[in-house]
Amino acid sequence: MAVSPFEQSDMSFGQRLWQINWFFVLLVSLTASVGFVMLYSAANGNLNPWASRQIVRFVVGVFLMLLVAVIDIHVWLRYAYAIYAVSLVLLVAVELNGSVGMGAQRWVDLGVFTIQPSELMKISIILLLARYFYASQLESVSRVSHLLVPLLLMAAPAFLVLRQPDLGTTILMVATGVVLMFLAGVRIWVFVVGASAGIAAVIPLWQFVLRDYQKARLLTFISPEKDPLGAGYHIIQSKIALGSGGVFGKGLLQGTQSHLSFLPEKHTDFIFTMLAEELGLVGGLGLLGLYLLLLIYCFAISLRCRSHFGRLIGMGVSTSFFLNVFVNIAMVMGVVPVVGMPLPLVSYGGTAMLTTMFSFGLLLCVYVHRDVQIGPGAVEGN
Amino acid sequence: MYRDNERYKTFSRRTIILFGGKVVLFSGLIGRMYYLQVIEGEKYKTLSDENRISLKLISPKRGRILDRSGRPMAINQKNYRVMLVPENTKDIEFSLRKLGKIIPINAHDLARVKREIKRRRRFLPIMLRENMAWNDIAQIEVNTPELPGIVVDVGETRFYPDGAKVASVLGYVSGLSEADLTGDPLLEMPGFKIGKAGMERVHDIALRGKSGTTQVEVNAFGRQIRELERQEGEAGAEVWLTLDVELQKFLAQRLGNEAASAVVMDVHTGEVLALASTPSFDPNAFNRGLSRSEWDVLVSNPRSPLNNKAISGQYAPGSTFKMVVALAALEKGIVTPSTKHFCSGDLKLGDSTFHCWKKSGHGSMGMISAITQSCDVYFYEIAKRTGIDRISAMARRLGLGQILNIEIPGERKGLMPTRAWKKKAKRVSWQQGETLLAGIGQGFILATPLQLAVMTSRLVNGGKAVLPHLTRNVVPSTEEPKPPVIPEFLALDIKSSHLDLMKKAMVAVPNSPYGTAYKSRIKEPGFQYGGKTGTVQVRRISKAEREVGVKKNKDLRWEERDHALFVGYAPIEAPRYAVSIVVEHGGGGSSVAAPIAKDILLEVQRRDPSKAKSSGDATIGHPSSSSKLMKIG
Repeated sequence: MAVSPFEQSDMSFGQRLWQINWFFVLLVSLTASVGFVMLYSAANGNLNPWASRQIVRFVVGVFLMLLVAVIDIHVWLRYAYAIYAVSLVLLVAVELNGSVGMGAQRWVDLGVFTIQPSELMKISIILLLARYFYASQLESVSRVSHLLVPLLLMAAPAFLVLRQPDLGTTILMVATGVVLMFLAGVRIWVFVVGASAGIAAVIPLWQFVLRDYQKARLLTFISPEKDPLGAGYHIIQSKIALGSGGVFGKGLLQGTQSHLSFLPEKHTDFIFTMLAEELGLVGGLGLLGLYLLLLIYCFAISLRCRSHFGRLIGMGVSTSFFLNVFVNIAMVMGVVPVVGMPLPLVSYGGTAMLTTMFSFGLLLCVYVHRDVQIGPGAVEGN
Repeated sequence: MYRDNERYKTFSRRTIILFGGKVVLFSGLIGRMYYLQVIEGEKYKTLSDENRISLKLISPKRGRILDRSGRPMAINQKNYRVMLVPENTKDIEFSLRKLGKIIPINAHDLARVKREIKRRRRFLPIMLRENMAWNDIAQIEVNTPELPGIVVDVGETRFYPDGAKVASVLGYVSGLSEADLTGDPLLEMPGFKIGKAGMERVHDIALRGKSGTTQVEVNAFGRQIRELERQEGEAGAEVWLTLDVELQKFLAQRLGNEAASAVVMDVHTGEVLALASTPSFDPNAFNRGLSRSEWDVLVSNPRSPLNNKAISGQYAPGSTFKMVVALAALEKGIVTPSTKHFCSGDLKLGDSTFHCWKKSGHGSMGMISAITQSCDVYFYEIAKRTGIDRISAMARRLGLGQILNIEIPGERKGLMPTRAWKKKAKRVSWQQGETLLAGIGQGFILATPLQLAVMTSRLVNGGKAVLPHLTRNVVPSTEEPKPPVIPEFLALDIKSSHLDLMKKAMVAVPNSPYGTAYKSRIKEPGFQYGGKTGTVQVRRISKAEREVGVKKNKDLRWEERDHALFVGYAPIEAPRYAVSIVVEHGGGGSSVAAPIAKDILLEVQRRDPSKAKSSGDATIGHPSSSSKLMKIG
């Protein structure tokens, strides 16, 4: 072991801070500000109860992001598996003794604060796979046997999260994992076979795992008009709200659908609907533009990075972020079923905010350490 | 580093592909947004406005029903209701259980509520209990924080201050059945009631009024945010009846618990002043909603409280029919007022013997004495000679055997038989013995108390074919009341000398010492009345029984006792009021029906405003004083 992959890079704390991409931080802040404005509107022009708390959380989030960013990337590499293991234990803890909120077990009480292990697991999966594949040769990646371990490590949390039940997070986790495998160089035919197997797995999944309300959501997604006052209600109301916004919207605080409570969860999952109703197509495109810019940054940082670990982390964060945005917006526009996924940076919610900021912290960390070489294939004899 | 380069190449290539994929997906979202907001934008704008503004109906105030002098008979009362909004409680069972500790909720209601929860939208309130006492409501209101989903609300409900005493005419209102729905949205409002019987049903449309609308801004929970526009509806019309509510109450009281009915009408105008049928039912209970057991009690009662006997009870008129037979005979000319027939106590016809009610016989009878003493043999004789078809024709001219269109539903036709009718209905020829029975108002002949009152009116009003009615005026809430139209009636075309003869005979019935109703005469000068008793046998009396002596009514079971009837009019100089009374299984017409007729005719004359001028303090009479008089009589 001539060069330890876990060796500290020689940058000082100040240097790392200097290396942070501050324009990216500005973009993140801009996007979050859109959220503050919408939360202000959702409360009928009040900072309380949502906007003020969201701002506090964002500020905490920014600090978390910067903290994550300036930590040596080798530390993340070293503890990647450990973080995964802790997340998995917490998930099991939720399964065994989780407090129930909104009809689903998602939280675990650690005494001092409550955390949502499934959110933690989203990041852990990225770290896990990045570490696993960074050390893999292209030849070994193309062997199916080499994929068994990461597949199993992904399947375990996916199963636990699905049981909670949290379909949205499960899909997000699995999809992120699959994309990372794709980027790591897994042969295309593996995905073809995997997709076929996945479709075959749908039948037992439908029968034994999915809860009734999840089935209902999937079914009403196909034809929401069948049950306009039941399960299809959210989708129909959301489409009405969004469509009635037109090109320029009804104006901030003027969204009738949102303010008359026709729109469910207007401050969380359906905040994009409210934005599109009040600020119209223009406002919606503006927010999409911000997201696209953030994504481009993710790609640029990943491509620019000289370590494979960093690249995979960058793309993992980017994919997770993209899927979050896409599924949420597609959901409120009636393109995909309502799965319960907040809009990153904009929706009200502490855990989601911290998770996003944590993952952006990792991305910035990759950026800061973009020129750091991490010894290939030197870990655990791979 | 070579290897890493290789990996990097794969990574970069696939990253670019991925980026392309993400851009495509993003464009999809943009396209979808453009579609929803620009292409379909107008459609969703409309939908959004509809969503925001909900058009609600305001249910109009139901019009009152008043008696002839404006005394309210059917009014609206505040109705405190408890409702459940399923959406506002997480645990319906819990809320209901909590509520059950304050007010009793029975299993029947619980089952209904559960049914409705499944059927209706979750934000629409479901009625739990209506017509609650203020105390209970206050209790619930105090406990509201612990009763999620339970709301208290004030509506209006129909109330009949005189309850069962007016039910025969007013009917009742109640909730709608599926069949009542016409597509009018007003009918689909929760708790809306329509007239189901009596005048409530006759004038239902007018009483309902027109619904108003209010445009309210609501949220998705159906909760009202504010009212945008309000268009007031129109209250229902006030319906003035010809009834005198005090007289109506007097009748109902006087008939008491007998299975009886009585009608009082104005002989000239046809206005029905009172129409009672006892026992009756409490219309307020129908409005409230009857329980299964309450309903069973009503239906199984042998005195049929749900049946309006005054219009749908069909009885053999018995001796009250004798005037009809007499007029038919006089018109045919087979008798004159002075023609005598001898009554030996029975009349033989072929193998059968027809008995007079007086076993020993009346001796020589003229027309007036035959009516006064109700001699059966005299009427067997003249009926035999007149023939059934002529008797029936006369009966029809006097209003029998036909629907009189008294407005309230349930009226029956009665039956006036003819030869042709029997041939058609029974496929056998008419027998002469049947004509004899018709001569004393029995056999096939059937009439309703209302028809008997009309018959009496036509006998004494100077020969006009008067028809009864109950509605004096219908006054829409937006219009001034117009004076009631008094209808014109056709002439009966019966010789007035014949009619005068009938009146003379009827006056003798209660006023001549030989008369069958002499015990029930009114002694007060100026208040005398005329009339005719009737006793109708409901069972066959066998020969054997006749020999040992006919059983007395009181020895018989109730169902086998005779019906007691009376028709009468007053005053005798200028007839104004006609009355008919039928007491089912009451016993004799003279012993049971005549005393009732006397009390009613005294009461109605005392209440007469024109009498008030002529005979001073007599008008202050009320039920208690008249019953005292009855004892003296």
